[in-house]
Amino acid sequence: MTGTINLDGQTIPFTEGQTIIEAATAAGVYIPHLCHKPGYTPHGSCKLCTVKVNGRNCSACTFPAADGQTVISNNDELAHDRRRITQMLFVEGNHFCPSCEKSGNCQLQGVAYHLQMYDNHFPHFFALREVDASHPDILIDHNRCIFCNLCVRASQEKDGKNVFGIAGRGINKRLVINSPSGQLKDSDIAVDDCAAHICPTGAILIKRTGFQVPIGQRIYDHKQISEVALAAEGGSCSRPAAALAPSQEVAHDK
Amino acid sequence: MKTFLDTVLAKANYQPVRLMSILRDVQAEYRHIPAEAIDILAVALKIPRTQIIAVVEFYSFFHLTPQGRYDILISDSITDRMLDKENLLSYLSSALKVKVGEVRADGLVSLNNTSCTGMCDQGPAGLVNGLALTRLDRPKIDEIAILIEGQTPLQEWPAHLFAVNDNIHKAGLLLNASFEKGTAIQAAFSNGTSSTLAELDYSGLRGRGGAGFKTAMKWRFCAEEKADAHYVVCNADEGEPGTFKDRVLLNSYADQVFEGMTLCAAIIGAKQGFLYLRGEYLHLYDKLQATLAQRRDENLLGTDILGLGLDFDIEICLGAGAYICGEESALIESLEGKPGIPRNRPPYPVSSGYLNKPTVVNNVETFMAAANIAIHGGDWFAKVGTEKSTGSKILSICGDCAKPGIYEYPFGTPIRQILDDCGAEDVMGVQIGGPSGTFISNQELDRKLAFEDLATGGSFIVFNHSRNVLAIAQNFTHFFAHESCGFCTPCRVGTSLLKNQLDKIVNGHGSAGDVAELEKICQLVKSNSHCGLGQTAANPILTTLQRYPDVYEKQLKDISYEPGFDLDGSLAIARRMAHRDDAAAHLSQVEE
Ligand SMILES: Cc1cc2nc3c(=O)[nH]c(=O)nc-3n(C[C@H](O)[C@H](O)[C@H](O)COP(=O)(O)O)c2cc1C
Ligand code: SF4
Ligand code: SF4
Ligand code: FES
Repeated sequence: MTGTINLDGQTIPFTEGQTIIEAATAAGVYIPHLCHKPGYTPHGSCKLCTVKVNGRNCSACTFPAADGQTVISNNDELAHDRRRITQMLFVEGNHFCPSCEKSGNCQLQGVAYHLQMYDNHFPHFFALREVDASHPDILIDHNRCIFCNLCVRASQEKDGKNVFGIAGRGINKRLVINSPSGQLKDSDIAVDDCAAHICPTGAILIKRTGFQVPIGQRIYDHKQISEVALAAEGGSCSRPAAALAPSQEVAHDK
Repeated sequence: MKTFLDTVLAKANYQPVRLMSILRDVQAEYRHIPAEAIDILAVALKIPRTQIIAVVEFYSFFHLTPQGRYDILISDSITDRMLDKENLLSYLSSALKVKVGEVRADGLVSLNNTSCTGMCDQGPAGLVNGLALTRLDRPKIDEIAILIEGQTPLQEWPAHLFAVNDNIHKAGLLLNASFEKGTAIQAAFSNGTSSTLAELDYSGLRGRGGAGFKTAMKWRFCAEEKADAHYVVCNADEGEPGTFKDRVLLNSYADQVFEGMTLCAAIIGAKQGFLYLRGEYLHLYDKLQATLAQRRDENLLGTDILGLGLDFDIEICLGAGAYICGEESALIESLEGKPGIPRNRPPYPVSSGYLNKPTVVNNVETFMAAANIAIHGGDWFAKVGTEKSTGSKILSICGDCAKPGIYEYPFGTPIRQILDDCGAEDVMGVQIGGPSGTFISNQELDRKLAFEDLATGGSFIVFNHSRNVLAIAQNFTHFFAHESCGFCTPCRVGTSLLKNQLDKIVNGHGSAGDVAELEKICQLVKSNSHCGLGQTAANPILTTLQRYPDVYEKQLKDISYEPGFDLDGSLAIARRMAHRDDAAAHLSQVEE
C-alpha cells in the first residue's frame, strides 16, 4: 500500500512501512536527526526529529507514515525546541569543539550549525566522565557521548557482536563496554567494525587518523548537514554520497 | 558462588526474561551483584554482560558494590517529609553510626533515601532488606538499632515493626460488593465471553491506572490480534507518590483481581498472566503466592479451569525500585529482563507487547472492577458515576487529614465532600493524581472527581496552610529527575535542568528571569518527551506556578540576574591556601 502525506504543505508519497523521516528523506526533505540512521532499527531517543503529526508531537524516525497525515516539521516552534534539545546535549556532556578531532565532521556540531545554535543556553552539568584510550586503534571519549545508541546497534546489527551497551538511569546514563574489565582493549571490537565508525560525535575515534583533513576543510565546514544527510541517506540529490561527504563514517558503512 | 548461581538459574529455567528475579536473588545473597556473578550469568543466559550491567544500574535496588547486611532505605515522599522524616533520618543515621548514602565500615548496615514506598497513610516509612517499615518514630528506631547491633535475623524482628494496615475508611460499590470465588469466571462462560465483553463495554469501565482508556475496547483489540500467544499483565507497580490503593486491593481483595485477570484471559485467549508487583511491596509476595496456590487447588487457575476448557496461570514478577516501570511498555521491557525503558509507539502492547505478542496491561483496580462487572452486570456499574466516568473510584488519601487511608466514591463526587470525610481542615491545596496530576488550590474544592474534570489514578495528597508550596514542588521535581529513565534527551536532561533551576530559586538565588526560564524548560520537557513521565514531570511546577505566582515571586531577588552559586563562598579554599582573608580576597556576588 502506498499513499501520500502532507509535509509542510507539500504532498509527498510514501510506501507501506516507511516512517515519516524515511518518506521525507526520499522526497528530499531534511528533518534534523542524530540517533536515526537509515539501515538501523529506529531508536527515537534524541528527539531532534520531533514533528507535529495531526497536531501531536511525534518522533519522525519512529512514527509510521499514514495516508492523509498532516505533518509539520518546519516551523518556528519546532526549530526553537530542536535548538534547545541540541543545547541540552551540549551541556549534559563536555563538548570542547575547538579541541575535538571530530570538529567539522561532527553531526552534533553540524546539527547545531543548522539550527543556528549560537550558545549553550543552559548551565553546564560539568559531568565527570573518562577517556578510554586502552585500545591500540580506537579511542572513546565518554565526555562526548550523547547516548544515541548507534554504536550499540551497529555492533549488534552490522558487526554481529555486542561491544557496546548503555547503562544507568536518568542523567547518570553511561556507555558501557562488553569486556571483563569494562575497557575497550579487552572487548572484541576491531578497527574495521561499523561500530567504530558510526559515532555522530567525537566519542568514538580512530587513532592515528586525526587531523588528516585540516579543520576548516571538513564536511560541515562547507556544507549544511541537511545537504550532506540527504545526499548520503538516499534523498533526491543525484550526486554520489561519497563525493559529497568523504567521511570515515560514510565510507565504512556496510 | 557457582553453586548458588546454578540454583538460582535452575529456578529461573535459564530464561533471560527472568533476569529481574535472578538478580533479586543474587542481590539478596551477596548484598550486591558481584562482577564474577555478572560474567557467569552472561554465559549461562547467553546475553551480553552489558545487558546485565544495564539492568543493575537501572534499578534502585540493585547495586554493583556491597550494601550493608541490613540495608535500610527511608521513603522520601512529601508525606514522609511532612511527618518529620528528615529529623528521623538523621536520628537513625546517628543511632546506627552510618551516614546517609553510605555503608558502615563493618558492612553491617547501609542507609539511604528511596522514592515513595507506597505507605503514605502510615509514614514515615522505610524498607529494611526490602521489607516495609511503617510509622517510624524514635522509639522504633532505638529498637531497630538494637536489633541490628545484635545481628538479629529479620525473621525474629517483632511483627509490629512491619505492620501494614489497610486503613479502609469508606467502602463503596466495589469494596462492598459481595464476591464469591469463581463466580466471575462462571458468569463469563454461562453468558458467553462475547456477551461478557459487551457487558463490560456497556459498563463504560475505563482504565484505573490514570490514562482512562476504555477497558472493553482494549480487550477487544487484543482479542482480535491473530497470534500464537496472548498475555495478560496486571500493573501493580503503583509508584506514584501518594498512591497506595493497589497495595490494599492486593492485600485484601486479591482473589477479585486474579479473577479479573482470568476473565480477561478467557476473553483474549491468553494462557499466561503476570502480576508485576513493585519491589516495595515485597511484604505482599508470599501472601499473594499463597492465594495463587489456593486458586490452583480450587481449579480456578491451571488447566481446564472449572471444567470450562480454559487454561491459564499467573506468575508474580517483582520490580526493583523504578517508578517508570509503571508505564506499560517499560513494564513489559522489565518483564523481559531489561531496563524499564518505554518503547516506541506504535505498535501498542495490545498488538505487540510481552515477547512482541498481543498483551493487555491493566491496573489492579481495573481487573477487580471487571470481575465484579462480569458478576453483577454492566448496568450495576454504569448507573453509578457520571456520563463519561461510570462507576466508582478508589482513592488513596494522605497528607494533612485526620484519617488517611482508602476511600471509595462514585465518580462526580465534589472534592470538598471527600476532604470533609477524611477530616481535612485548613486546606491550602490538594495534589490530585499524584505529582504527575494537578495541584488544586482551596478555591477549587467544588471541582469534581471525574475524567471530565479531575482525573486521577487514585492519589489525593492534602496540604494545610502550614505547608510550603515551593517545598512541595521541589520534592516532586526531584522525584521525577531521579526517576527519569534517561532514554530521551528532553526528559533525561530536562528534568535535571528543572531540578537545578527550581533549586536555584528556592535557595534564594533566583531572579525574575529565572522563573521565566523555569517555565520555558517546563514547556520544552512537556511537549518533547517520549513518554508520560517526561510529559507530566513539569506539572508540579506548572500547576503551582499558575496558582501561586506570588509564592515564587517572593522567593526572588530584585536584580535581573543572579548566579546559581555562591561566588565568594567558592573562593574559601583558595583563601585558606593563600593564607589570605583581606578585603581584596573576597568577591561580591554582583557588581554593586
Ligand atoms: C510514568 C508512568 C507511570 C505509570 N504508573 C502506573 C502504575 O503504577 N500503575 C498503573 O496501573 N498504571 C500506571 N501507568 C499507566 C500505564 O502506562 C497504563 O496506562 C495502565 O497500566 C493501563 O491500565 P488501565 O487501562 O487499567 O488504566 C503509568 C504511566 C506512566 C507514564
Ligand atoms: S559513543 Fe557515539 S555512537 Fe555510541 S551512543 Fe555515544 S554518541 Fe552514540
Ligand atoms: S520521557 Fe523520560 S521516562 Fe519517558 S522515555 Fe523519555 S527519558 Fe524515559
Ligand atoms: S532522530 Fe528521531 S529521535 Fe533521534
